[in-house]
Parts: sequence; C-alpha cells; structure tokens
Amino acid sequence: MTVTVDRTYPGTLHPLHTLLLAGAVPLFLGAMLSDWAYSSSYQIQWTNFASWLIAGALLFTGLALLCAIVDWVRASSRHQYIFVYPLLLLVTWVLGFINALIHAKDAWATMPTGLVLSIIVAVLICATAWIGLTCWRTGGVK
Amino acid sequence: MKTLNLCAVFLVSLGLLTGCGSKDPDPNQYGSNIDLPTPKRGLLPNMTIAKPAEWGDQVPVVPEGFSITAIATDLRIPRQTLVLPNGDILVAEGRGGSAKALKPKDVIAGIIKAQGNTKVKSGNRLTLLRDSDGDGVYEQQGIFADNLNAPYGLALVDNNLYVANQDALVRFDYQEGMTEASGPPETLVELPKAINHHWTKALTASEDGRYLYVGIGSNSNITERGMDAEVNRAMVWQIDAQTGAYKPYATGLRNPTALAIQPGTDVLWAVVNERDELGPNLVPDYLTSVQEGGFYGWPWAYWGNNVDPRVRPENPEKVAQSITPDYSLGSHVAALGLDFSSEVMGPDFADGVFVGEHGSWNRSNPVGYKVIFVPFSDGRPSGPPIDFVTGFRGEDGKTRGRPVGVTLDPSGALIVADDLANTIWRVVRD
Repeated sequence: MTVTVDRTYPGTLHPLHTLLLAGAVPLFLGAMLSDWAYSSSYQIQWTNFASWLIAGALLFTGLALLCAIVDWVRASSRHQYIFVYPLLLLVTWVLGFINALIHAKDAWATMPTGLVLSIIVAVLICATAWIGLTCWRTGGVK
Repeated sequence: MKTLNLCAVFLVSLGLLTGCGSKDPDPNQYGSNIDLPTPKRGLLPNMTIAKPAEWGDQVPVVPEGFSITAIATDLRIPRQTLVLPNGDILVAEGRGGSAKALKPKDVIAGIIKAQGNTKVKSGNRLTLLRDSDGDGVYEQQGIFADNLNAPYGLALVDNNLYVANQDALVRFDYQEGMTEASGPPETLVELPKAINHHWTKALTASEDGRYLYVGIGSNSNITERGMDAEVNRAMVWQIDAQTGAYKPYATGLRNPTALAIQPGTDVLWAVVNERDELGPNLVPDYLTSVQEGGFYGWPWAYWGNNVDPRVRPENPEKVAQSITPDYSLGSHVAALGLDFSSEVMGPDFADGVFVGEHGSWNRSNPVGYKVIFVPFSDGRPSGPPIDFVTGFRGEDGKTRGRPVGVTLDPSGALIVADDLANTIWRVVRD
C-alpha cells in the first residue's frame, strides 16, 4: 500500500496557517532557552529577549488560532473536525499570555514561575503544532 | 446600564489579576516606627492613573489663615524653584530621560502613565518671575536662560547660580536684579546621564557654599536594566564648588528627588522615592538626614534590612549595612519637593519641612497629590505629617495639579511648582 501526499487535498492547512503555527515553535522555544540563560547567569538581557519572544509567539499563535477558527467554521459541514488542535492552541495561547504578564515583572520577580511556564508552553506548542500539522491530513483521509 | 456592568466585570477581573480588591488598606506608615506588609504583586501591578482636568475657578485648598494664588501659568513643565535675594523667583522647566523601552511592558506602561502627565513640550529653560511692587502679583515674567537640558535642581552661592541639568551641573554668573543670563553657562562637572530612567538631578549647596550636593536617581525600578546601568546611580554626590571634584556622599538612595540643608547646620536632608511593584503599601518613600558615607539599601534592601527578592545576585553584606531612614512619608506618594520652613510661616508651621508629593500610580487608592508639613523639634521630625496644600486631586477623581518643588520665600510664602497645570502657586499667611 502506498501513501501519496496530495498537496491540494482539501484537509491540508493553508500555507499561511502552517507558517504561523510552525513559526510559533521556535519563538516559544527561544523564550524558554532565554529564561534558562537568565536564571543561570542573572544577565538581565536574557529576560528581555524572553519577553519579546513570548510577545512574538503570542502574535503568531493568536493569528494561527484565528485561522483554526476560520477552518472550523468552513469545514464543519464537510468533515469531522479535529477539535483537539484548536483547543490545544487556545490553551497554549492563554498560558503564553499569563507567561507574558509574569515576564512584565521586574528583574528576578519573573523567576521561577517564568521559566516553569516557558517550559510548559514550549512543550505545548510542539504538541499543538505536531497535531495541527498531522491530524488534518488523517482527518481528511478518514 | 450595560456599560456599567461591563465596567464592573472589568474592574473585578482587574482586582483578581492584581491579587487584591479595590481597597488598599492604609497601614501606619508615617514616621519612624512603621508597619511593613509582606511584598505582593498579582499578574498586573495595581494602577490608578491621574485623570487630568482644568482648575477653572478652583484653587488648591490651604489651611485656615492662609491663601493661595497662581502667580504664573502656561509654563512648560515647572519642576523646582529658587527664591533669589531680591525676591525674584527662578523656575526650572523641562522633562528629561531617554530610557528606551526594554520590554513590551515598557511600551504599554509608557502609554498608560503618559495619560496622567502634561502634554506640554519640555521647556528646557529657566523662567524668572518678578513682583516689583510687592503686592503678591508677579507681573513680570521672562526667560532667564534657554537651551538647557532638562534643568531641575537650582542653587545660588554668592554670585554663582548653579543649575543641575539632567546631564551636567552648570554655572551662571548672577548679579542681583538680573532678568536674563549674561550668556551661556559654563559646565562645572558632567553628571551621570546614560539612559536617565530617573533623570531629575536634585541640587543644594552647603551653608558655607563650599560644597554642592547633587541627587542622582537609579536607572531602573529595581535593576531591571542590569547592574551595569547603575554605576554612579542611586546616590548623592558631594561636589567641590571651586574645582568640580566630586565623590559619592551617600549611596543606596533609589531616587533622591530633592535635597535641602537644615538651616544653621551642615546636615543634608533628602526626600527619596522608593521602589514600586511590591504592593500598594511597599515601599515607603522617605525623608531622611543623609549621613556621609551612609548606604540606604537600594537595590538589595529597603527600609533598613528588608531584603528585596527581585535583585540577583544577592548581597547579604550590603543588606546588613543598610541604614533605616529617619521618617516614612508613606508608600508611592512620590515626594519631589523639600524645603525647611521658618517663623515667617506662622507658629504652627515654623519648625519643620514642607514636602511636595507628586502622587501615586502604583496603587488602587491614589495617595500623595498634595503638599504636606512634617513638624520638627530639636532638629528632628517630631510628629505625623500635616496637610498643607491639598485639592490637587478632587472628590470627582479628577486631578487638576501635581505638586513638585516647594520653596520657602523668606518674605513669608511657600512657592509650589505644579507640573500638571504648568502653574506656580504661592501660599501666604493672611
């Protein structure tokens, strides 16, 4: 049995949606690494990096969430929609937003909650992107 | 009604986020023996920003037996004033600071806090006010010097007028009766100017005129710009008026916004603005005599040996050295003005200091927004503060003015600079 990937299959994510979703992964990952660097070096610039990376990641995930909702509205009539993806994306965004508020505290006040949340959100976005980029296709095949 | 409900929901959520309700209980935080709660901060800092309004026909409220008038309006951000020997009043006008946003938070906080300040452009000048006939109306108003860089502290020693710009301490030649400087000033010494998160350079001179004292604020709230940015910050410099040679006179003073020498002594006093974002009742701003060589805690500790957990690396040695200030003015009042009183202000206000309080942002229930009097006896603060000029923040929640510098006029008046209404107020005994 041969599996062929059909690029024009209606279940595939729009390239922009894919870009936003996948783009959020290195941003959240970078925030986590920056937090780790700050917590181990006390060099303040790392926590500044983390703050902006989280802000960028929130923008990407926010727009990806918007795309997911649009997909859901458009797809609901034709496919059995995979709810776990937008749900995970929403959870990631909310936790990421809380993390952004934590990172708005001054100096060491961001720690250790900031690092813990950054790790959780980094894991979440990896899982979310994985599911988002695979389930659509299987969902379509089903 | 719908709007009201929405507002209520928003306020409640804000309350949850900030980790407490809309009421900030007022603990005992005046004087030397004060209550300090444990530090706390929710997901958002408590914020109430002044809503500016016009004075219209209203004026600030003063005690019975006193009256207040505006002697100059439409200034360009008046901060500190100096009463010259002939009764003329010099006003330093301007706004400084070049701190760039480091985090998304700085961008947002900058926009929010700007709501509570004047929209007028920085004057960068000294204005001279003159009342030739002594009727209390300052009919003459002119520019004494222009093209300065956010001037703040002012001091006169003999024929030398010293002005603390945000980047340098400069000197003008001054002859009594002058209405305009004879030329550009000469620089006595460059002051720390990088970033200038706290840009105001407070200034006073020793009674013999030999030394000048300059207050230099920290470059951050609590080291969030890194320790490298704090070299030569959060301290008072003692500067030789002849040579410009300087040394740190006292350190660990987060933002010493006004300095004054106690008359008849060589004791330096300061009002200092303490750190934010530890809760509505931390950390108290204070009034203190400044000990030579003393360390007052910032950034590692506050009010003596209370450790600030936000500073890394920790420094237990410095925490142990930290001096407890003399007199707490209460948290977040933002004291920006200080001057000693004298008999000319009447028996009730003869012995003590006046303190101008710009008012809080980091509190649900605003505090400050007034001029207070701290009574002294035997040369030390001796009782709770007394409201002297109030009404800057009205019952309607609108803010009409924000006091900065306070200066005693030896002819029998208190001069108050208001940097929101861009007005100079004069309080006299009836």
